[in-house]
Amino acid sequence: MKKRLLSGVLAIMLIASVFTFAACGGGDTNGGEDSDPIKIGVFGPTSGPIAAYGSAVVNSVKLAVEEINANGGIDGRMIEVYDYDTKGDRAEAISTYNRLRDQDEVVAIIGGTISGETLAVKELAIEDNMPMLTPTATAADVTIDAPSIFRACFLDPYQAAAAARFSIDTLEAQSVAILYNSDDAYSEGLAESYKAVFDEEGLTVTNYIGYTTNDVDFSTALTQIRNADPDVIFLPDYYDSVGQIATQIRDMGLEQVCVGVDGWDSVEIDYAEQVEGYYFVNHFAKTDPDPTVQDFIAAFSEKYDQEPNALGALGYDATFVMAEAIKNAGSTDGQAIIDALASIEYKGVTGTIRFDEQGDATQKDIAIIKLVDGKHELVEKLVVE
Amino acid sequence: MVFIQQLINGLQVGSIYAVIALGYTMVYGIVKLINFAHGEVMMMGAYFAFLAATAGMPIWAVFLISMLGSAVLGMAIERVAYKPLRDAPRISALITAIAMSLFLQNLALVIFKADPKVMPRIVPNIPITVGDLRISSITVITFVVSVAFMALLTFFVNKTKPGKAMRAVSEDKEAATLMGINANSTISMTFAIGSALAALGGILYGVAYTQVAPTMGLLPGLKAFVAAVLGGIGIIPGAMLGGFIMGFVETFAKAYISGRWADAIVFGILIVVLSVKPTGILGKNVREKV
Repeated sequence: MKKRLLSGVLAIMLIASVFTFAACGGGDTNGGEDSDPIKIGVFGPTSGPIAAYGSAVVNSVKLAVEEINANGGIDGRMIEVYDYDTKGDRAEAISTYNRLRDQDEVVAIIGGTISGETLAVKELAIEDNMPMLTPTATAADVTIDAPSIFRACFLDPYQAAAAARFSIDTLEAQSVAILYNSDDAYSEGLAESYKAVFDEEGLTVTNYIGYTTNDVDFSTALTQIRNADPDVIFLPDYYDSVGQIATQIRDMGLEQVCVGVDGWDSVEIDYAEQVEGYYFVNHFAKTDPDPTVQDFIAAFSEKYDQEPNALGALGYDATFVMAEAIKNAGSTDGQAIIDALASIEYKGVTGTIRFDEQGDATQKDIAIIKLVDGKHELVEKLVVE
Repeated sequence: MVFIQQLINGLQVGSIYAVIALGYTMVYGIVKLINFAHGEVMMMGAYFAFLAATAGMPIWAVFLISMLGSAVLGMAIERVAYKPLRDAPRISALITAIAMSLFLQNLALVIFKADPKVMPRIVPNIPITVGDLRISSITVITFVVSVAFMALLTFFVNKTKPGKAMRAVSEDKEAATLMGINANSTISMTFAIGSALAALGGILYGVAYTQVAPTMGLLPGLKAFVAAVLGGIGIIPGAMLGGFIMGFVETFAKAYISGRWADAIVFGILIVVLSVKPTGILGKNVREKV
């Protein structure tokens, strides 16, 4: 027993020393010459079923770095970006992280793209005190007890609250029907947060109906909703389900306006006619006249020959935030960058980014978009207290 | 009023299940095989319709191409996968059917990719208002088309010569062969008709729910199978009855119990039927099969 315990302790010490050594090694090389490039890493799934997410982020990070370097880099030092494909896999994310730290010796990381891979490297990043800024991982856990991890996007309770405030204040809704996917944490969480605002205000939630991922027939639920006759319908789900529901809403002749969430992005591609006149909240609006937004869209479209989506906008902003933090820190020391991130305030494509103690973006602008003729029309920008 | 509206909703889902269940029951009636690839034939039928509709063909051509394509596919499946096993133990044929189902699903995955395609709206949508009730034109078309094809099938099986041959082969293949009926071509024909009906179900399903995807055949296929068992597998009117009952049960479970429980209740029916009356509602000791 004793022997085993001893060897266990030895093994842990050995591993710990390797890590410490590696971390020191990283710090030394990067802190060196003033003309050396500053290395940052980015990772996400750029192949596999959710390749679109990772590609959007990686492409935008590269675009942002190009622009920063063209403007003289960070105090004259160029940024060098290392990007890796994780396929959305946790194990792959860990080896990517290790490679970024040991082989590429990056000083900071933009990533991960999805929650799973970000959570996989969370403990490592905390241990190494590696400044990490995820543009898009929405799981609450990502930043909890993680002083070195920050997040650029708003969280689901925040966007649900914004959608609810918009329904109440602008659409003047007195009652709402909520139709959500009870198999999906994203959809259910949004439904709960939205309902909470209505309950707090003493307004009516006429229907609160869950469906399952396999459901394609919503006529039963819609019949109940039509009978209850609410002012608006809240549909917190991804665009393919929303398209199906909206079609059946139109088929059954329901005249309520529907309100949605960031998962609606792209619904207008296949269902423009059905979602005409509906509203959803998003990270940014493509039709926002703000020059920051229009310049980003123009630059992205020129480089990649396609329009950027919200994930891309967040990746783009995250890169500028990180560059600004490194500049403010005046060094590439991990702790200095983390401190600089904690006190940053940066106005980007997706609104003003500043972080709370947890490291989450706080009081961020949220864009209310109306779907008109298959296009996104910016109605207003909200900040929820 | 809500109750009647829900009844109409159930009628729409039920008529799709009924049309698909017919194929299950006919094939079982004639070769005693539960053709688990049936749901995938329905999926393929929906894709054929999707391709035809996106090519801008008129609605009758979409139905024709999809149903003919699926009929050919059904006959090909029978010839390649089931015919060589006709004298093998039934379990071998059943396993082959499951393999066929997986094969078709993955084939669709390779050809059409995993992301769902949006079915063009080949049926114009005009909500029809009757008093307080509002019925979408798609519901009406689904119901009318399925009932029309069911009537056509009933007439075909009972009143025509090939229909008579089908009934004969189903009752006793050897005896029918001795009477000069070509059992092979009769079985082929059964598969063709069953598959065309599955395609019909697929088109109606795709149009009503706007999407076609490689996995779309799975659940409706299983539910149609339960419907066939419920009505009494091998019995044509039983499949229709079972399909409508399934539609009503599903809709009312969603409306008055919970959306989460709907599928559990629907599949619970299978267990109840098998333990209480394994021959199904219309099943008798001396069965009049397809």
